[in-house]
Amino acid sequence: MLKVENLTIRFDTRYGPLTAVDDVTFEVRPGEVFGLVGESGAGKSLTGQSIIGLLDPPGYIAGGQITLEGTRIDNLAYNHLRALRGRKIGMIFQDPLTSLNPLYTIGKQLTETILTHSSMTNAEAQKQAIALLTDVGIPGAGERINCYPHQFSGGMRQRVVIALALCVNPQLVIADEPTTALDVSIQAQILSLLKRMCREHGAAVILITHDMGVIAQVAQRVAVMYSGRLVEIGDVRQVVKHPQHPYARGLMGSIPSLHHQVDQLTQIDGTMPRLTDIPSGCAFHPRCPDCFDLCKDKRPPLKKIADSHIACWLYANEAHHAG
Amino acid sequence: MPDKDTALLNVTGLKRYFDVSRPFLNRVFERQKRQYLKAVNGVSFSIKRGETFALVGESGCGKSTVAHLVVGLFPPSSGKIEFDGINMTALKNRAQLRPVRRRMAMIFQDPYASLNPRWRVSNIISEPIKAFGLINGRQAIIQRTSALLEQVGLSPQDSSKFPHEFSGGQRQRISIARALAGEPEFIVCDEPTSALDVSVQAQILNLIKNLQTKFGLSYLFISHDLAVVRHIADHVGVMYMGRLCEIAPVNTLFQNPCHPYTRMLLDTIPDIEKMGNECAPPQGEIPNPLSPPSGCAFHLRCPQATDHCINNRPELENIASDVKVACFQARS
Amino acid sequence: MWWIRACGSIWEKPMDTEKLSPRKGWRIAATMRRLADSDIFYSFCHSPVTVIAALVTLLIFTSALTASWIAPQNPFDLASLDLMDSHIPPAWEDEGDKRYLLGTDDQGRDILSTILYGSRISLMVGFLSVIFSMVLGVSLGIISGYAGGLIDVFIMRIAEIQISFPAILIALLVDGVLRTLLPDAHSAQLAIIVLVFSIGVSGWVQYARTVRSSAMVEKNKEYVQAARVIGIHPVLIMTRHILPNVMGPVLVIATIHLAVAIITEATLSFLGVGVPPTQPSLGTLIRIGNDFLFSGEWWITIFPSAALAILVLAVNLLGDWLRDALNPKLR
Repeated sequence: MLKVENLTIRFDTRYGPLTAVDDVTFEVRPGEVFGLVGESGAGKSLTGQSIIGLLDPPGYIAGGQITLEGTRIDNLAYNHLRALRGRKIGMIFQDPLTSLNPLYTIGKQLTETILTHSSMTNAEAQKQAIALLTDVGIPGAGERINCYPHQFSGGMRQRVVIALALCVNPQLVIADEPTTALDVSIQAQILSLLKRMCREHGAAVILITHDMGVIAQVAQRVAVMYSGRLVEIGDVRQVVKHPQHPYARGLMGSIPSLHHQVDQLTQIDGTMPRLTDIPSGCAFHPRCPDCFDLCKDKRPPLKKIADSHIACWLYANEAHHAG
Repeated sequence: MPDKDTALLNVTGLKRYFDVSRPFLNRVFERQKRQYLKAVNGVSFSIKRGETFALVGESGCGKSTVAHLVVGLFPPSSGKIEFDGINMTALKNRAQLRPVRRRMAMIFQDPYASLNPRWRVSNIISEPIKAFGLINGRQAIIQRTSALLEQVGLSPQDSSKFPHEFSGGQRQRISIARALAGEPEFIVCDEPTSALDVSVQAQILNLIKNLQTKFGLSYLFISHDLAVVRHIADHVGVMYMGRLCEIAPVNTLFQNPCHPYTRMLLDTIPDIEKMGNECAPPQGEIPNPLSPPSGCAFHLRCPQATDHCINNRPELENIASDVKVACFQARS
Repeated sequence: MWWIRACGSIWEKPMDTEKLSPRKGWRIAATMRRLADSDIFYSFCHSPVTVIAALVTLLIFTSALTASWIAPQNPFDLASLDLMDSHIPPAWEDEGDKRYLLGTDDQGRDILSTILYGSRISLMVGFLSVIFSMVLGVSLGIISGYAGGLIDVFIMRIAEIQISFPAILIALLVDGVLRTLLPDAHSAQLAIIVLVFSIGVSGWVQYARTVRSSAMVEKNKEYVQAARVIGIHPVLIMTRHILPNVMGPVLVIATIHLAVAIITEATLSFLGVGVPPTQPSLGTLIRIGNDFLFSGEWWITIFPSAALAILVLAVNLLGDWLRDALNPKLR
């Protein structure tokens, strides 16, 4: 349904252009939850922003294309882009306080969004807003529709944001770290709500997060990003239980487990490179335990191996044999 | 050689109330009483030498306030903090506190705020050394800071740099080096990895663990992440709305949680090993701490709550030799 | 643009010396390179208005400092004055004299020289009172923000009472009180001290309020908590930890305040309560010239006024730029 092909996002600085997202290709199927994980600075949020056309300057799309149901959406004029936002793609941000306008009641914000994208009357829109709020689990939605965002708690606000994102039945919802600002017990509520609502509305979700646990619980497929590049895409079971790429393997090993105690966590030494000095070849090679000469010189392409796609020279030969 | 089994830190009945009243004139005109936020409301625990005691809980439960009280950032409203037999709450002036302060240190949550941005790393790390007068002479101090930097996995050349030249994980290492500079026995870690990415978190957790075995340190480890706690702690205390609701050895707590709140926390953590299966999310949110519910603070969200829980507050009581729970249901 | 390249080539030198000389030279070179590399320097080079303002300010500063060498005449030296040469218009007018480029005043003083000497006095008074204000305001602000409680309430109420009056009124008031209290306040040196004190006292509030709010933010940051855990004395925390971190906005205020202080000094001198007439500042010159404006001798007042306006405008532009450069949100 959504296809992102060879997406490259650059920032022009006075030191020259910095490539923040480099040649990223993936697709999202209708109705699925697609996870995008990576550590801070991996470019996952930028990828999400570019899909909905919210990339802030000086960042810009330097290459590749994004298509939604066969229509290119990465080079739309502002008017078309506005129609697209909300109507076809909804967005849920990390901080619910900043994504709601503090000066309007939540009812006003909801009905306004519904009215912009449909031909309902005011009363109908009001009615639908109340129905939606009840649906996302806000008790007494009829009265609370006249409340301002600051009168809600963090978890309730995120529920309102979900209602706002889904109010015109978009085909795709981009959730950028939707639960990072919330406590675990509230996070569980919001995640299960997000999953249920999107299933009921038939929307696909791109879930952007740094938390592998969240991905494991909610997503069906997952893409792992490292310094602006995709390193592994695959079925969530496959990626979480049997990660192939050395980075994904290290990432999974570094998560402390709830079920058994280990003496030492697997650690990936070093840190993610800054955008100003991304290493040659495979960006992960200076930290990779399995690095060999080829990794330093040439960047590995994303190759299909079994059900996953992996960008690593370790598996390049297998790909040849397989296909 | 001090006895291994004696408690290094003993906290009894610790309370801290914050005055969150409106300004005086507003109170007079609006006829309001003074309002107090009971951030910490009667917390008792003890930490043995060489062990890690973790406090877990959701935001606003008072766990960070406990950490700040223990290191003496502000005095408790009531209660006692005993460090190695010395009653810290009785020590009033700076000179009396100094020897105790040298023996404890703190690692902070936000690596971007915990290092003075205008100071060079060498000055940041040597500040405790100079403050406690541990080493004299420029050359000796330089040697010591270099050694400290190497201990936390940085290079001595880094000492002339400024904090902004480092990544989050490296800054947290600098923060740890500063904590080690006073040669402490006891370190309070206030969410040391919650601002870091998982792969960096693993590095820091490993470092914290290795330093413990190397120097025989004791930790008070504050965290909201149960998986991290499981990995690092020996004993765990679970806090909810300013009180402890369960204290148990780490394995007991995770295998056999007794308090319904602990169970709820364990059930809700997104876990890579229980993939995709949908569990019913818990009900309700944390009540407003300014007007806490009657009886057991958790009764509003508790699936097992009875009338008894609504009216009476359970005290922390032993249900096994090393497990303490504050719940009427767990006792029977 | 050409000056960027020029700046770049100037700074390339220190990079090489970095390897050659170890300790001190290395530090200076590193600092230089950081400066040349910084966003502030970059935004400076990319703002032509700022570059011109900086050049003008620099020109006025250097000519004021070197007035005793470059001025054609010493207007304070009564012996060198010739009453016969009074009221001469600028050199390009018909009755002008080549010796006096911008003409002379009623006592035969060369206007150009008096402007040079006058701006020296203006700048000196301006700088001293800014420093005085800054020291007073920053220390009160830090104490107020860090200590909080009753001390904070006390200092801030005084500040609020003071800013409910115009600054010039406060300066006049303080000036008047001091002149009555001090017996020989009319002696030249004491007059300047009195002036600096009164202008300085009138301006501390702005520093104190800004510093207080920054200090309140900084004191809750974890690096301050870290220092408190070690048991560092509060005075040392304020001076060594908090002070360096609140100086950014202070620098901006100080630059803009410099312009205000120069104007205040000019106003006071214009009103006749500033520097003594034997050592005229720009304000004094404008006042003297004002008497002759309607008799057609315009040059006596217009040239000092223009000098004052250009100086204040240039300093203000620098201040505006500094504010924008240090606050990336405004960009």
